Order: sequence, then C-alpha cells, then structure tokens
Amino acid sequence: MRDVAVVGFAQRQMQDFDGSPTCVELLVPVFKECYEQTGWTRRDIGFWCSGSSDYLAGRSFSFVQAVDAIGVIPPVNESHVEMDLAWAMYEAWLKIQTGEVDTALVYAFGKSSAGVLRRTLGLQLDPYTMTPLWPDTVSLAGLQARAGIDAGLWDEQAMAEVALRSLTDAEKNEHAVRRGGSSVPELLARPLYADPLRKHDCAPVTDGAAAIVLAAGDRAREVRDRPAWLSGISHHIDPMSMGTRDLTRSPSAARSAAALDLTGVDVAELHAPFSHQELVLHRELALADDVRINPSGGALTGNPMFSAGGIRVGEAARRIWAGESDKALAHATSGPALQQNLVCTLGAATGSTTGGHR
Amino acid sequence: MPRTLSAPVTVAFDYTRSTGPVLGRFFTGLRDGVLVAGRTTDGEVVVPPPEYDPVTHEPTTEFVEVSPVGSVTSWTWVSEPVAGQPFDRPFAFALVLLDGATRPFLHALDVASPAEVTTGMRVQVRWRAERTGSITDIEAFEPAADGDGDGDERADGVPGTPRTTLDPVTRIVTPVALDYTYAASPEESAFYRGLAEGRILGQRCPTCAKVYVPPRSACPADGTPTTDEVELAQTGTVTTFCIVNVPFLGQRIKPPYVSAYVLLDGADIAFLHLILEVPAEEVRMGMRVEAVWKPREEWGTTIENISHFKPTGEPDAAYDTYSQHL
Ligand SMILES: [Zn+2]
Repeated sequence: MRDVAVVGFAQRQMQDFDGSPTCVELLVPVFKECYEQTGWTRRDIGFWCSGSSDYLAGRSFSFVQAVDAIGVIPPVNESHVEMDLAWAMYEAWLKIQTGEVDTALVYAFGKSSAGVLRRTLGLQLDPYTMTPLWPDTVSLAGLQARAGIDAGLWDEQAMAEVALRSLTDAEKNEHAVRRGGSSVPELLARPLYADPLRKHDCAPVTDGAAAIVLAAGDRAREVRDRPAWLSGISHHIDPMSMGTRDLTRSPSAARSAAALDLTGVDVAELHAPFSHQELVLHRELALADDVRINPSGGALTGNPMFSAGGIRVGEAARRIWAGESDKALAHATSGPALQQNLVCTLGAATGSTTGGHR
Repeated sequence: MPRTLSAPVTVAFDYTRSTGPVLGRFFTGLRDGVLVAGRTTDGEVVVPPPEYDPVTHEPTTEFVEVSPVGSVTSWTWVSEPVAGQPFDRPFAFALVLLDGATRPFLHALDVASPAEVTTGMRVQVRWRAERTGSITDIEAFEPAADGDGDGDERADGVPGTPRTTLDPVTRIVTPVALDYTYAASPEESAFYRGLAEGRILGQRCPTCAKVYVPPRSACPADGTPTTDEVELAQTGTVTTFCIVNVPFLGQRIKPPYVSAYVLLDGADIAFLHLILEVPAEEVRMGMRVEAVWKPREEWGTTIENISHFKPTGEPDAAYDTYSQHL
C-alpha cells in the first residue's frame, strides 16, 4: 500500500446558488484555494475525479461542462462518479495505489435548489416498485425515525439533542447554511414537518461544491507538516428496498467500520442528513462516548448534494492538519435511509489498515 | 435586476421497462387484484418479491399470495406532498406488514390526519378500479373495515400456487417528469440580455485571449474565468454543416434544411445555427454568412431572436481562417 494523505480541502455551501447548474463559477475559486494550499498548479495534478448528478442539473453530461473549471490544455486524466465526493475520492485513492499518479484533485458540485430535492432524489429508488409512488427522501427518513422510536432505541428528545449540538457547533462554521442553538425544549416546541421529523431534524436543501487534494508519500510531505494520512477506507451497501432491512440498523455502516481499526479515534465527522441517523451511525460504528461528533455542525447545518460526504473527509483532515486530532473518522452516505456507507480513517501517522481494503 | 436569468424547465420522459419473470409475476398479480410475495431461502416472505435470493443469489422461483390486509409497522406524515405522489393533499406513507408476509411493504396510507395513524393499526389495500399491472394499481391503504387491531383475524399467507394467467404483464411504462428552475451562468445571462438588444456578446479569456460565444464561465483550455465582455460581428464563416433530411418530432422547418457551425468574426469557437435563404446543396465550408434577426417586437432573451443565417454573397473565406475550428 502507498501512503496517501489529504493535503488540500476547499468548500462552498449556500442555500441558493445564483448561477448555472454546471457550477463552473463556483468551482474556479474552490480550485484556486486548493492551489494556494498546496502551492501547486493544475499541471501538478495527476488525476481528476468529480462527483455530481445529472438529475440535480436537469441536463445530460453536466459533469463534462464542469471540466471547463479545470482547463484541459494539455489534456487531463479525468473521471466521474454519479456519487458523492467521498466516492470520487475513493476512486482517486485507488488510482494513486496503482502507482500511475502521485496526486489527485477530486471535486463535486450540485445545485440542489434547481428542482425539488426531496422529490428529485426519488429517482435513486427502485424504478418499478418505488419511484412511481414518489416517496421523497424526507418521508423515507421519517419511516426510519419512527421505526427507531417505536423500538425504543431513541426518542424525539434524543433527536433534538443531536440537532441542538449541530446547530450550536455550526455557529463556528462560516460555511454552514443553518446555525444557532437554542434549547431542546424550544426545538421540541416547533411544529412537526414529516411526523416524527421536524425541519431541524432534516438537513437543509443546500447548493455547493467542494474539492479535496490527495497526494502520496513525499508529495504529501511537501505540502503539509502534518498531512492527514488516509489509513483505511471501506464501503458497503444494504438493500435498497425499505422492507427488506431493519431500518433501525445500518449493517453496511457497521461492516465498513469493522474493516477498519478505529482505536484512538478522537473526532468523527458523520454524514447524517437526519438527526436520528447520527444515532444509528453512532451505534453501528461503535464509537466511544468521548469521541467528538461533527464539530463542523455536520449535515444538519449544510448538506450540499454530492459534496456533503466528502466535506466530512475534508473537515476531519483539517483537524489533523491543525493538530486538534491525532486520528479522525469520516463517514459518507448515499441512497435512501443510510443505504450505502463509506467510512475512512485519517491520522497524523502513516500506515494503512490493510483490513479496510479487502 | 438579478445577477442571472432563469426560466422554468420540465424534463420528462416515459420509461418503458421490461419486468422480467419475478416482477412480472408481481405486477400481473396487482392487475388481477392479488398480492404476490417471494419466499426466500432464509424463510422470509417478501413483497414485492426480490428478483434474486439475498442468500443464494439465485432467481426467486417460489411465490405465495399474501393478504391485502395487514398492520402498519412504521409511518410518516406527508404534510407537503410533491408532484406524482399518490395524493395531492396530506397523507401518510406507511410500511405495512401484510398478513402472510414477514417483511413490510411501502405504500401510501389514506387518512385525513396523523391523529388517525398508529403503529400496529390494521389496514387494507384499496384497489384502483382500472388496473394496468403497476405499483399504482394499489390506490392506497386505508383503515381496515373491521380494524380493531386484533391480530386474531390474520389469515396465514395462502401457500402454494398463485393462479396462472394467460396474459402476464411483461412491461410497464413509467412516466417521469422533473421540474426545474433553470438558471444561466452570469456570463450566459449577459449573452441573453445582449440578444434582447440585438447584440451578440462573447467573453474573452484573459490568459489565452480566446473569445467564447456563447460565453463560458471559465476558459476550457486553461481554467481562467473569462472576465472581458466582447461584442462580436454579426457575420461569420460556415465551418462545418449537415443537411437535415430526416423528419422528427418537434421539427419546425420542412426538410431538407441546413444546420451549421458558424464561426463569427472575432470569435474562437463556432456556434450552431440554421442556414436558410439558400438551397441546401449550395451551402459549403467557408461560406460567408450573416445573422438574420426576427422582427424586433418578437425579441426576447433568447437565441431565437436570430431567425437564421443567410449568405452575404462575399467570396468564401480561406481555409486557413477556420481550419483550427473544425
Ligand atoms: Zn484561456
């Protein structure tokens, strides 16, 4: 295994991006920040990979236009995943492992506000038996939240506590689109939106873009005194159908965590777009009680589609660079009700958890 | 004035899908008013039947009929329905464990308020009168007629052989339509606003000096934001073209006609438009053309303000002047 680290990270999150769904205008400054952090130009990047969705953009091959933001003379080594930034990063990590390249810039973008996001995401579902009913993302999460409440695994109070901590932590995050803690009783007094969910239990519709720079070995050491070494990556998937899994659990998250060495993790950035999903993940990842969860505020305070999972990786990396964490966990999810989960560990020390790459 | 122009756009497509033998059986059942479940090797009875066994990965071959009556295992309230959902007024989505099944089934539950739903309540299928073999043949679940929540009335799943049918459902048609507010980039917005004034605007890359029309937010060659606005000539050169002979849905001009790339004088990228007022067979690479605008009262912020391009009558442009744009 080659030692690969996160050495650059930039993000933009906003409620409504006033520009085209290709997000080129947004990506140019995001890339600029990555170049400034690394001291590199686009010619120092060995591999590019993006995450986005044509369904958000409402046009085909939307990622091809986004390539304008790179500049492609001379031609670049480029790929795309119809997935979150975290999975684009996984592809880039693999590319670096092949030895073909030493550096990669992965990015993602999406203008969620162009359509009705919770409806647009209905196209992620089984097209025969689910999509024709248009069960929206929020409703599916509501079914999951109720299942856990009825099973006695959490209650609305516990969900409000997650929301409160997120909103309070987001006060220190300049990128958050929702912030400002009040109190659990105040949150519980707010009206129900998708019973048993209130609006603060659901991630806000968010536009945005983000980018992560990866580098191997000495290329990473050129850039940072404390690169955030990716010591393990693992991802798994559960059935898409809501009926064939226990919605109070996330076996794919547990299995991803089991493949990694989580000893010594002190910070965890979890991609939980609904408050109860953080509670599911906390249990499935078997995190110790003293692990700091989502110091960024997490997805409840800003959830740009196709960037938000990767932003968890970037936020975790920033803690390592700053010396605030020695070992951090980052998690990304995709699909309905925590269907797919990617977990990775980042640390100040090199050395891969080979178990993560089975 | 907002920074960018936007307009509503609907993207719609009817997907025709073959069902295969497993879902075909399920949809045939729905059309005939029967709920068909699949039995898996780990003993689960699942509706809709999974196409492949989750343990052995073999195709599902064992089917059983389950009851149209069952119990709610989870529910949520849809206070703000979106287009396409089973109801355009508030309703519930529910997971329902049908009697005879071991895994719950997702569908809508038609009640007037969340106060009328509880986990465990007894519900029954309300069939649509006209059924075609699709998931929407079930209009919704509704509270069971004798719904006292007493599980004693549960029928066991009817085991063995569901009825056979002479005309199984083998395909379904699913219309999908998504609505967007489509926004142009700031540079594209300037382009469209220019068209509303009878001008053709491009953007110049400050790094390589290339001029793009319609403008791009960043230079695709070097990634630099294109900061300088440039007004282009209304004349240009045909770089390449095709003669459209094939009629198609939505066509506005009777074939044959010419669709061509026109390199406007001063631009470094060609754009696509129509060449009219000349017989199709006379259009050629290098032909000099000029924009023909619609009457001013018909203008909007659209490329359609330019009706088409027509020959200027000048001598053809030298090949060298457009050879880099083919
Ligand atoms: Zn340029």
